[in-house]
Amino acid sequence: MTRLMLIVGTLFTIGLSAAAQSPSKRFGIGTPATPEQIAALDIDVRPDGTGLPAGSGTVRDGAPVYAEKCAACHGANGEGGTADVLVGAEPKNSAPFGPEYERWRGTRPDVPFTIGNYWPYATTLFDYVRRAMPATAPGSLNADETYALVAWLLAKNEIIAESDVMNRDTLPRVRMPARSRFVPDNRRGGAEVR
Amino acid sequence: MKTKDRQSRGVTRRTALTTLSAAAALTLTPDLVSGQEAAPADTTKRWGRLPNTLGARSPAENPRRLPIPTSSRTPLQDLHGTITPSDLHYERHHGGVAVVDPVTYRLMVHGMVDRPLTFTLQDLKRFPATTRTCFLECAGNYNGQREELTPQEICGLTSQSEWTGVMLSTVFNEVGAQPRATWFLAEGQDAAVMTRSIPLKDAIGEAMLAYAQNGEALRPEQGYPVRLLLPGLEGNASVKWLRRIELADQPFMTREETSKYTDPLADGTAREFSLVIDARSVITSPSYPQTIQKGFVELRGIAWSGRGLIRRVEISTDGGHTWKPATLQQPVLPKAVTCFRYAWEWDGRPTEIVSRAVDETGYVQPEMSAIQRVRGRRTRYHLNPVTGWTIGADGRVRFAVQRVRA
Repeated sequence: MTRLMLIVGTLFTIGLSAAAQSPSKRFGIGTPATPEQIAALDIDVRPDGTGLPAGSGTVRDGAPVYAEKCAACHGANGEGGTADVLVGAEPKNSAPFGPEYERWRGTRPDVPFTIGNYWPYATTLFDYVRRAMPATAPGSLNADETYALVAWLLAKNEIIAESDVMNRDTLPRVRMPARSRFVPDNRRGGAEVR
Repeated sequence: MKTKDRQSRGVTRRTALTTLSAAAALTLTPDLVSGQEAAPADTTKRWGRLPNTLGARSPAENPRRLPIPTSSRTPLQDLHGTITPSDLHYERHHGGVAVVDPVTYRLMVHGMVDRPLTFTLQDLKRFPATTRTCFLECAGNYNGQREELTPQEICGLTSQSEWTGVMLSTVFNEVGAQPRATWFLAEGQDAAVMTRSIPLKDAIGEAMLAYAQNGEALRPEQGYPVRLLLPGLEGNASVKWLRRIELADQPFMTREETSKYTDPLADGTAREFSLVIDARSVITSPSYPQTIQKGFVELRGIAWSGRGLIRRVEISTDGGHTWKPATLQQPVLPKAVTCFRYAWEWDGRPTEIVSRAVDETGYVQPEMSAIQRVRGRRTRYHLNPVTGWTIGADGRVRFAVQRVRA
């Protein structure tokens, strides 16, 4: 039985990889992308910091940028409004779900999901703010403004100190409280509800 | 060419004149052209409108999406069969509908590839094409707070189309995807510059770059001119207005795969990249706000699973005490909407009608209580609970809200 399943499994895998590679024929369609063309579009930032630009920002620099560009939708202190809540350090060094949280909460109202208690990577903040924010002028912030905003948001969430400076070296080193919570999808179909 | 055009225009004009004079002899009115008149008492006593360039629904039919600023829902209760009319396909945007010029459109594919390339829309259409029918569903497709809810309000963020495009594997072969590449980033050119990381092993067999939907070019709100299409996976990953694909050996951890679209669980962990849509069903008729009559009632609905085929749909007409199989409309397609029907005689007594889907992996659509046992109170996405409708003694149909209450 096991051997049969192994054989079937192997055949299936071969079938899959054949499908992945077929058709092996190249058609000569498309135009080479130049390094300049790639650089113009390649704005993503990865957890290890790849893609972060030069520049820097402090918490102090971030305050006026936040007040001018973000507060109208996210609230004066990141408490939320027409757009998401951004600031919330509670539960400190924990997350807003799970058994530990339920014990901590007791009979208090739920706390919202925030940068401080749910976002697993600080680099994601830079990537997202630079590509999509503010909603009234997406993609309009320069690198320094973005670093400053990210610094302000991380400080308000009690993740970095008020004196910390964010740049391409420091930002990837910021450890987010919820980082260790995230696990790969373990659903596999079948009878079990996961 | 000019002469030919003139000739064909001449012929068209002559034909039109001839037809119109014939019609005039039959009492010509402007309604013959517009066709927007109310139905006459006897349709056999007067000509209808003449053929025209673009059809329209009967003025008596008025299906509508249900919009809020970030999404609009498909009127599931108004549909028949498995295909969602393109103008009723659900929408979920993060930066509005991008308006993209198909002439200047480019898709760039780079990263861990031997030959980074850009493709025009015409380039993509030159590749061997393929056509596939499948559903798309938003990961946040659940609403069940009160009795007065229609299928559209409960789970209208799901729709189905026949899509045409080029297989992603064909394009990856063209650029020479490197063996070390295990993920790719898909990026849109909307105001959100939407980005998702997709594991190659889950996507490469079936992923498509789609440029057509239900026989015509994509609708603007579905990503015109080109979107990624990932059958069976949560809709957000099928990035619209696709401008860039970057191959890599790890995920990029964008906002939409970390702070959003992840599943906090009861044990304190949070599931990420939970892309597959688990099996689900809903009875679309009868449903709120209908009232039914005693006697024969055909229960009708749809079921779907991101893991493959719907194997069966079970119906209970006694609030979940006993279950019987519904009839599935053939052909049943993998990762596609499956219509089910069940002949029922309502005896006039109050009850609850319920459906649950079973897919080819043996997965049984769970009760909300079973989902919450595993995922806890604060789970937000991928909710697919068994749902039903209560039938009152007066025949009024309401969403069975007690079934989904924790």
